[in-house]
Amino acid sequence: MSLANEKIHKQDTRTKYCRFKKAGIKYVDYKDPNFLLKFVNEQGRILPRRITGTSLKFQRKVAQAVAKARHLALMPYVTDSLK
Amino acid sequence: MEVRNYETVFILTPVLNESQVQETVEKFSQVLKENSADIINTEAWGLKKLAYPIQKKSTGYYFLVEFTGAGNIVDTLELAFRRDERVIRFLTTVLDKHAVSYNQRRRNGEMNQQKTKKESEAVAQ
Repeated sequence: MSLANEKIHKQDTRTKYCRFKKAGIKYVDYKDPNFLLKFVNEQGRILPRRITGTSLKFQRKVAQAVAKARHLALMPYVTDSLK
Repeated sequence: MEVRNYETVFILTPVLNESQVQETVEKFSQVLKENSADIINTEAWGLKKLAYPIQKKSTGYYFLVEFTGAGNIVDTLELAFRRDERVIRFLTTVLDKHAVSYNQRRRNGEMNQQKTKKESEAVAQ
C-alpha cells in the first residue's frame, strides 16, 4: 500500500494544452468573432486559462482581440445565451 | 518617421444610400493618399448587424483598409473619422510581422482552404 494520494477522478484528468502552440497559430485575429467565441462563455465573458488551457502569452492576445472585437460591435460586451 | 503597417476598420451609419457610402469611403482613402500612405487592401463587409446598438442603430456598413505609412497618418485619419458624423465607430491597429503575414494569407483566401482541408479530412475519417 502506498501512502501517495490517489487521484479521485481518474477518467476526468485530461492534459491541458494550448491550442495556439499546438496548431502553430501566431496571430489572434479580432476580425473573426466566430473563432473568438471559443474563448468566451454564454454571457460573453472571457474564459480563464485554467478552463481553456491557453498559454499566458496567448491568453493576453486573446483578451486583447476580444476587447477589440467588442469595440467594433463584432461581439457583445454582455448578453444572454450567446451560444 | 518609421513606416509601419496599419489596418483600420470603420463602421458607417446604415441610413446612407450606396452612393453616399461610396463617397465616404472615397473620402477616407483620399485622406490616406494625401498623407502619402500606400493602401494595400480595402474590403467592404457590407451591412452587418451590430452586437449591441451604437447611437441607437442596430446595423452598420463595415469597411476594412490596410495601409502602410508613417505614424502621424493615424492621427490625421482618426481626426477625419471623428469629424465625420457618418462614421459611428472606428479602430486602427498596428500590425506586427505575424499580423502582416496572417492578412496576406487571408487576402489570398488560404484561410478557407485550410478549413476545406480540415473538412475533407473529417469527411475522410
